[in-house]
Formats: sequence, structure tokens, C-alpha cells
Amino acid sequence: MTTALNQSEHAERLSSLVSAMPAEIDREIGLDLFRDMTLGRRFEDKCAEMYYRGKMFGFVHLYNGQEAVSTGVICAMKRKHDWFCSTYRDHVHALSAGVPAREVMSELFGKETGCSKGRGGSMHLFSQEHHLLGGYAFIGEGIPVALGAAFSSRYKRDALGDERSDAVTAAFFGDGTCNNGQFFECLNMAQLWKLPIIFVVENNKWAIGMAHDRATSDPEIWRKASAFGMAGEEVDGMDVLAVRGATLRALERARSGEGPTLIECLTYRYRGHSLADPDELREAEEKEFWAKKDPLKKLEKDLTDKKLASQDELRKIEKEIDLEVQDSVEFAIEANEPDQDELTKYIWADD
Amino acid sequence: MSGTLLFNALREAIDEEMARDSHVCVMGEDVGQYGGSYKVTKGLFEKYGELRVLDTPIAENSFTGMAVGAAMTGLRPIVEGMNMGFLLLAFNQISNNMGMLRYTSGGNYKIPTVVRGPGGVGRQLGAEHSQRLEAYFHAVPGIKIVACSTPTNAKGLMKAAIRDDNPVLFFEHVLLYNLSEELPKGDYVCSLDQADLVKEGKDVTILTYSRMRHHCLKALETLESNGVDVELIDLISLKPFDMDTIARSIRKTHRVVIVEECMKTGGIGAELIALITEQCFDDLDARPVRLSSQDIPTPYNGKLENLTIIQPHQIVDVVNRIVQKGI
Ligand SMILES: Cc1ncc(C[n+]2csc(CCOP(=O)(O)OP(=O)(O)O)c2C)c(N)n1
Ligand SMILES: [Mg+2]
Repeated sequence: MTTALNQSEHAERLSSLVSAMPAEIDREIGLDLFRDMTLGRRFEDKCAEMYYRGKMFGFVHLYNGQEAVSTGVICAMKRKHDWFCSTYRDHVHALSAGVPAREVMSELFGKETGCSKGRGGSMHLFSQEHHLLGGYAFIGEGIPVALGAAFSSRYKRDALGDERSDAVTAAFFGDGTCNNGQFFECLNMAQLWKLPIIFVVENNKWAIGMAHDRATSDPEIWRKASAFGMAGEEVDGMDVLAVRGATLRALERARSGEGPTLIECLTYRYRGHSLADPDELREAEEKEFWAKKDPLKKLEKDLTDKKLASQDELRKIEKEIDLEVQDSVEFAIEANEPDQDELTKYIWADD
Repeated sequence: MSGTLLFNALREAIDEEMARDSHVCVMGEDVGQYGGSYKVTKGLFEKYGELRVLDTPIAENSFTGMAVGAAMTGLRPIVEGMNMGFLLLAFNQISNNMGMLRYTSGGNYKIPTVVRGPGGVGRQLGAEHSQRLEAYFHAVPGIKIVACSTPTNAKGLMKAAIRDDNPVLFFEHVLLYNLSEELPKGDYVCSLDQADLVKEGKDVTILTYSRMRHHCLKALETLESNGVDVELIDLISLKPFDMDTIARSIRKTHRVVIVEECMKTGGIGAELIALITEQCFDDLDARPVRLSSQDIPTPYNGKLENLTIIQPHQIVDVVNRIVQKGI
């Protein structure tokens, strides 16, 4: 049976990864990373609860299991300076980018206080203030947009002579998306023009119900970079320090004008594709394998082993985060719906 | 005669706007070194450099999306569709992102982009190179659609499109690039959403756009000698329509004929007639008439091609009939 074979292959890739030069961190960064990942996890758990309680609607794609990627990449970058581009699985990227939990939660509740004023919803989170280029609901369509942001950085530096223009753009997307033309087209252009962009593939092995190996001729996505002469790296996507290490290397390349990097993070989603997915295809042993790799537990172990933090401190952080998430729900419940007289606002630039 | 050819009028407009605002840039296939397939960007690469006039690979959906991202982060890109038909491959970026993103983002981002290029039925270019995408894109919210028809309005509209903070689809016509005309002096900018009252008249209103404006003018010569006084309006803005100008004219003439090059089904005229029926029903003395292209892929054979699109004599016939018999 192909799925069983594939599953062990994917797991094997992860198990046999050579140590991916994890980032060195101090206590302060370590706690930041832990806070960000915990927020991602607890926020998504709360979303599931609110969805089942009928507080949010539509397709809601949760990020549980993949936290090390969002945190590993975004926390290594400069918030409100670098740019971030996501997909429909975008809540946690938004949070890592600094969009307040209140704004994200109230967007999911369809409220005016949401980061997209209740017009976007779960799959369309945007924040110009936090340089979130958006959640894009069609697979692949965000990659060219991210490329455009990276082009702007280079344009401002080289055509307009602004030497401070060194913003890098991170584009997040999944394994299934790497079989779409926009992925290849943009890799080509990014490398051709040496644009400051990091293509972050979150290879969670599944595209809804399509196993990665059944959809692609060479499952090792990072190697596709070499077809374009681009740097590519394969990373343990369950290890935030490994992801951070790879990101820092990519950032250095991008900021020094050497151009793009493709980072393939091997990861896994702990929930179904969306909250509407019965998740019947993935086998129990596959899920168990990845459950043991929980990125939060991994970071906790690293922090305590290195004596950067104590268990007590981490539990205290979790409590604070729970309060923050609870606060976001209360805020969202209280918040106003959009004014019905403003139904057609925001179609044109001057309104 | 010191006239300016239409493609040069467009180039002047782009050149002037690039000089005026360094955030204005051009991207597309062969727009740089080659100067554009219809030479609209000739010389700009040499003048502004390879980043401001960017030769892209043949990847329509991706470079159009790139323009969206560039616009979201402060640039004002002009995307050239080497032929507007190729933008079928960019339909997703134009619809989902250029058109809808500002709204979906709750006003977070503006997308000041111009997507321009040659469209329309040329001379035996075959079906795929003879498309009229204005009708296909018409339903996309959040984009403005304009069609130029003379060197003067080409220049003024292009400058307005570049300065507009909204995405603008700008249709040129392959057979109009070599029209020549003396251009107004100075910083000539047209209004993007205003129809052009080409000729005043009292008997019947003709609404048209792009190359069909010139077919109508030809028909008018015959009609005038027959004593029919036509009011000819070039729509210019295909989205939104300038309904003020249109309704004012219909209140005067009580009759309307639409002459268009797009196909009849789901065409520009279809939407226009719906609006006219809704807004001007009581002013009409005759049912509105559409003269559109056949609902077929444009054939290669020259005679068949001519039969596919409206010819001046058909305009004459229909207008005569409507004025004489009020059909
Ligand atoms: C253009 C397009 N086609 C199909 C879909 C439906 N769809 C949504 S997510 C998805 C799978 C994507 O998988 P992957 O890229 O691996 O990302 P993941 O969901 O695993 O994060 C599909 C087919 C879509 N959103 N867009
Ligand atoms: Mg996937």
C-alpha cells in the first residue's frame, strides 16, 4: 500500500536528517520562541473550540504541529520591516508577525475590529502595519505577490538608491503547492534577479488527502532549488532552532544581495486539513510518530537541558498565553459587526 | 504633418509618468531591450534601466502577481500583456488579487497597477490572438476598465491610469496603433471614467468603444448624407460606465444602438443594455439594439473574419431602420 510506504519514507527523511546547524540562542530569545509557539498552539486550539461552538464559520485551517516553522522563520526576521506572505493556513503566521490575537480572533468572528475588518475571514488575514501581505486562499497565488514585495526591496535599493532598503520577504506555502506552476515560475525569477526572498515550504506530507509522494516526481522539494541555481536546504520542521538556523543563513544571503533561498521544512499537521475534514486517510502510526516530535516539547527540552528556563517558568508563560487567548475571544465576542452601510466600502482606493 | 502615432502617444505618456514618479515601472515580456511587441515601451529601457523596465520571463500569472505584490509595497507597476489574450493565464491574479484584495483586506492595501496591451480583432491573426477580454474581465470587482481609441485619448487616459490608485485594465487595439494625430501640449490627462461625446445629434444615440468608434464614424458619413443626425458616444470607461452621459443622451434621442467588437453573449453591450433598461426605460421610444461580434472563435480566413465583426454598412442599416421604423 503506497501510503504506508510513503509515510515511513517521510519519517525516515526526518530521522536521517543530518544535524541542520541549529541556531544558538540565549535565554531571552528562547523564551520569546516559546511564547510565540505556545500562542500559536493555544490560539488554534481555541479556534477549534469556537468553531464547534458556532462562533466562526467557513473553512478554517489550523496550524497545530507546524509551529516551529512560523516561529522559527518569522522570529528570526525583523517585524514591521521584513514582509510575510501566507496561505489559507495563516492564523499563526499572522500572530508571529505581531498581529495582535484580538485582531486575528475578531477577524475569525467576522467583526469590524478584525485585521481585515471582517471582510476577509480565516483565509484572508492582512495587516499592512505588520507587513503581513496576506492570507491567500488559492494555492500558489501568494508566491508571486511575495516575489513582488521582494522586487520592491531591490527596486528601492538599486533603482531609487535607498541603501536602507534591505527588507526580506518570507513566502510560506505547502508541499502540494510545489507542484503548481507559480512555484517554479517564481523560483526562476527570484534567482534570475537575485531577489531577497525566502521560499518556506511547509512539507506536512499531505495536500488535503493527496500524499506528497503520490503528487510529485521528486519528493525532496529542497532539491528543486538547484534546478534554478538557488540555495536549497532541508530542515527538521519540528525543531524551531533548526528552522531558525536555516532562516538566519537565508537572511544573510538575502540581505547581502546573494538572492533567494528555498527552505523545505519537514513537518506535520496534527489536525485534519481543515475543521471540516474528517481526516480519515492518515494512519494512526503515522500520527503517533509525529506526535512524539511535538515541536513545543522539543523546544521545552532544549530550554531546560540548556538551563535557559525552568519548567515553572514555561508553565507560567502558558498561563499568560491562555489569558491572552481568552481575552481575544472576549474581545471578539464584544466587538461590533461591520456597519451594514459600509458593505461596499474598500472596493476602491479612495474609500 | 507633425502628428503622433498612437503607440508613440502611449509611450510618451509612460515616459512622462516615469520621469514624474520614480515608483512607476514597467514589466512584461519583451518590454525592455526589445521595446515591446508594438514598440510602446521603445527606448525606455535605455532611459530608465533594467529594473524600471523589467523584461520578464514568459510567466503571465506570476509576473502579474508580482506586480500586485510590488504595488502593495509601494511601487506603481505597469504590466504589459504582450497580447491581452495572454492574460487569460493571469486571470487569477487579476481577479483574486488585483481586483479583490483591497476589499478582502479590509482596506489594508491599495493596488495601483495598470495592465495594458493590444487586444481586439486584427488582420487574420487567428482566434487566440483576436480576443476581446474586456468582456471576460468585466465582472471582476475592484478594477477599472478603459479602452483608448485615438492618440489623444490614449495619452491622456494612460497618464490618468498610471496616477490612479486602483488597478486599471487598459485596452489598446492592434489596428489603431498607427493612427496619427496632433496631441495636446503639456501635461495632458483625461478623466478615466468619463465617456467621450464624439458627435452631438438628436435622432439616435450610438454607444461604442475602441476600434468600433472608427467604424461608427465611417457609418456616420453615409447616415449624415441621408439626413440622420446621430449622437456618437465613445464609452472610454467600460467599467464603471459613465451612466450620466449615457442617460443624458438617451433622454434626448430616445433611441440607442450599441456597437461593440466583443462577442454578443456576456458582452459589454449586454451589461450596458441591462443598465439602460433599468435606468432609462421610460425615455426609450424603441428597443435598444446591439451590434456585436458573432459568438464564435475569430476565423483566420479574411472574408469570414470580416463577417465575424460588425462592418460600417451594418451600422448604417440598423440606424436607418431604427430611425425610420422605430423597430
Ligand atoms: C488553486 C487551488 N486549487 C485547489 C485548492 C483546494 N485546496 C486547498 S488546500 C489544498 C492542498 C494544499 O496542500 P499543501 O500545499 O500541501 O498545503 P497544506 O494544506 O498541507 O498546508 C487544496 C488542493 C485551492 N485552495 N486552490
Ligand atoms: Mg501539505
